[in-house]
Amino acid sequence: MSKDIKIKKGLDIKLIGEAEKATENAIISNFYSIRPEDFHSIIPKLIAKEGTRVKAGETLFYNKDEEAMKFVSPVSGEVTEVQRGPRRRIDAIKITADKEQTYVDHGKFDLASDAEKTKAHLLASGCWAFIKQRPYDVVAKADSTPKAIFISGYASAPLAADLDYTLTGKEAELQAAVTALSKLTKGSVHISVGKNSNSPLANLQNVVVHKVSGPHPSGNVGTLINKVDPINKGETVWTVNAQDLVIIGELLLTGKFNAERIVALAGSSVKKPRYFRTKIGSEIATMVYDNGVERDSNDRIISGNVLTGKQVMPDGNLDYYSNIITVIPEGDDYELFGWNKPVFNKISTSRALTFSWLNPKKKYDLNTNTNGEHRAFVVTGSYEEVFPLDIYPMQILKACMYQDLDEMEALGMYEVAPEDFALTEFVCVSKQPHQKIIREGLDLMLKEIG
Amino acid sequence: MGLKQNLHNFREKNKDKKWLPAFSAIHTFLFLPNETTHNGTHIKAADDLKRTMNTVIMAMVPCLIFGMFNAGYQHYLAFGEIQQATGGFLSSEFWTLDNFLVGFWKVIPLVIVSYVVGLAIEILFAIKNNHEVEEGYLVTGMLVPLIVPIDTPLWMLAVAVAFGVVIGKEVFGGTGMNILNPALTIRAFLFFAYPTWMSGDKVWVHGAVEQDQLIAAGQNVDAISGETILGSLAQGKSVAYDVMDMFYGLIPGSVGETSTLLILLGALFLIFTKIGSWRIMLSSVIGALVMGLIFNGVVSSGWITESSKFYGLMSTEFWHHLLIGGFAFGTVFMATDPVTASQTTKGKWIYGFLVGFISIMIRVFNPAYPEGVMLAILLMNVFAPTIDHYVVQGNVKKRMKRLKAKVA
Repeated sequence: MSKDIKIKKGLDIKLIGEAEKATENAIISNFYSIRPEDFHSIIPKLIAKEGTRVKAGETLFYNKDEEAMKFVSPVSGEVTEVQRGPRRRIDAIKITADKEQTYVDHGKFDLASDAEKTKAHLLASGCWAFIKQRPYDVVAKADSTPKAIFISGYASAPLAADLDYTLTGKEAELQAAVTALSKLTKGSVHISVGKNSNSPLANLQNVVVHKVSGPHPSGNVGTLINKVDPINKGETVWTVNAQDLVIIGELLLTGKFNAERIVALAGSSVKKPRYFRTKIGSEIATMVYDNGVERDSNDRIISGNVLTGKQVMPDGNLDYYSNIITVIPEGDDYELFGWNKPVFNKISTSRALTFSWLNPKKKYDLNTNTNGEHRAFVVTGSYEEVFPLDIYPMQILKACMYQDLDEMEALGMYEVAPEDFALTEFVCVSKQPHQKIIREGLDLMLKEIG
Repeated sequence: MGLKQNLHNFREKNKDKKWLPAFSAIHTFLFLPNETTHNGTHIKAADDLKRTMNTVIMAMVPCLIFGMFNAGYQHYLAFGEIQQATGGFLSSEFWTLDNFLVGFWKVIPLVIVSYVVGLAIEILFAIKNNHEVEEGYLVTGMLVPLIVPIDTPLWMLAVAVAFGVVIGKEVFGGTGMNILNPALTIRAFLFFAYPTWMSGDKVWVHGAVEQDQLIAAGQNVDAISGETILGSLAQGKSVAYDVMDMFYGLIPGSVGETSTLLILLGALFLIFTKIGSWRIMLSSVIGALVMGLIFNGVVSSGWITESSKFYGLMSTEFWHHLLIGGFAFGTVFMATDPVTASQTTKGKWIYGFLVGFISIMIRVFNPAYPEGVMLAILLMNVFAPTIDHYVVQGNVKKRMKRLKAKVA
């Protein structure tokens, strides 16, 4: 069943500041924050009020619609602040960490257990948060049975953390995690690895391994799903980030929720791009200043990669799903005749006096300037060049904008996630916010159809 | 630095003013804005709509300059002041300052009127609807002077531009939303509103109309015929130009449409820069050749006789159709307008083919106005969404089939 996947449509965005393959321990963060907005569409019901002492792996809040689904603290310590937004929405739960970490002991899990037990264990231990579903790109519903589970072990996004490197030595955890996950689906667990890679994922049991090659988004899990077994109406698939398998695996093997993760610090503003061992929710400032960026420099810090990540402030935190922090210069300056002069230092898929086609290997130092203003959709055909899915990108975006549910469904809305539209958003001449449009479209469908 | 900062401060100070889009429109011509990404992709590719539109304009500039020389050349030739150029494209009789100046003083007012009227309306609508001024008119404004006859009165042009921009574009919601190509809407308005001006054999050469008026007033001067090749063929007359003249463009016609050579260069530039759709251009040429071949076949099998009013154009060798009239210009610069053309890849092939096919059909069957490409493109503009609909339905059906296969 294993199938090699080769895509042609796409774009490798080569940027300066790739992380060097050396891992340091990050400064241990004093404060950790968990932001419920990372778990899109989940309404949190808070358990750990301000002043509560928690152990690592102890529940902070649960899903209002699904009481069994717990979200846990990455560290032991005291909940010192619950930041709230409008209508008392919980923005962040801030935990002041103990010097000595203590863990909730969930006990070693018997990997031969059946699906129900496995599910209950993952839900109760907080590992469920790592399992997302499509349609809608949200945390998986506990009562759904996926037709298959997809994991991308190949990171093709710009500057992405190299999974071959960060997962090395974690074979046992990875195997435990996929064994448990394979119980939860009637189909298979599909894993993609780079064609020429040396991935620890390639030799796992109970999985179907696919070798992928081609430009980004070849490593997106959405591309894998579309090429292997596209989602039909009424079907569900689950996706898990490869790096989170390690946390799931360790929990199963040892009973400890260990939120440790190897994170890349990359981007052209970073003095010495490299990898860190740190924990989910730790403060950004613990990583970016040491041999990284100047304090108060005019830079954009992103939790995640440059295409799909979230902007964070230095006192912000590493979000729940990211394994990279990217720092690039802000581009809030004017450029004389920037709209018509020949361009050598920016990436373009056209050749309209833009010369990135001359040297496809060159690495660029891009900033956050939009290189133009927001306009109506005009140019056609350019999205298709970077969009490998069998879906009409512009048509589905327009369907989302005029909120035609039937058309969204017919055009393939169940199959997509916002990140699939990151490249079309990057090349968009009209500077439309594709990912936002898709996210809002998915939210509408989730609300109306469910 | 001073200018940059001053403009920035001015903009910040007047942030909530209603007329700000008018200022921004000019400001962004000087400076790429300081706007940064928010969430979503944090980096963006280098191209924006201004750059895209500007690329199209650059592709048209050779046609514009050639059009100026040609206007003077046709004028002096018709008045018998110079001899026919014999040296081909680089003839010294053609590239003279005298020729250029005649054309310059005729064409530049057309360009200015087109841009001033069009952009003024765009800015008004931008202020009214509270959005930025979109760049669509940059190309339209340059296309318009290139597709009208040289002696078009400026007031007519102004009325037509106002009509075209308001009815052809703004009522649909502005750039990106229009059904019909605005430049062709303007051209069609001119043609249908002022048919006596816009057709016939006078308006194509500067001075011919005035000469006619002098004759009508009883003065003893020679009448001038500035007939286009299509006009001659439609009336079954023989053509006085050879194929190379047609290719180089040393013939009467609308300002920018005559030189197939320069249009071809523009086409190659647009294809190389990936701004123009090569699929539409190629399929349109194929469509035109197919229709031309069919007509040649009709003639060679003897189904129509020389007395037929269609004979002149039908018997024109099929590939000559590519060189005469506005076909080449329309195919390269107007059929490819991404907003009004088909938007899907497959759709572009179908759309382009039909543009070419119908152009030649209208050309042959409508001798009163033997320029089919304008009407063909407008017609296909209307059908483009339908073509796209069926192409996209193909994708939808595939998805339904997949679902059925699963359920069964």
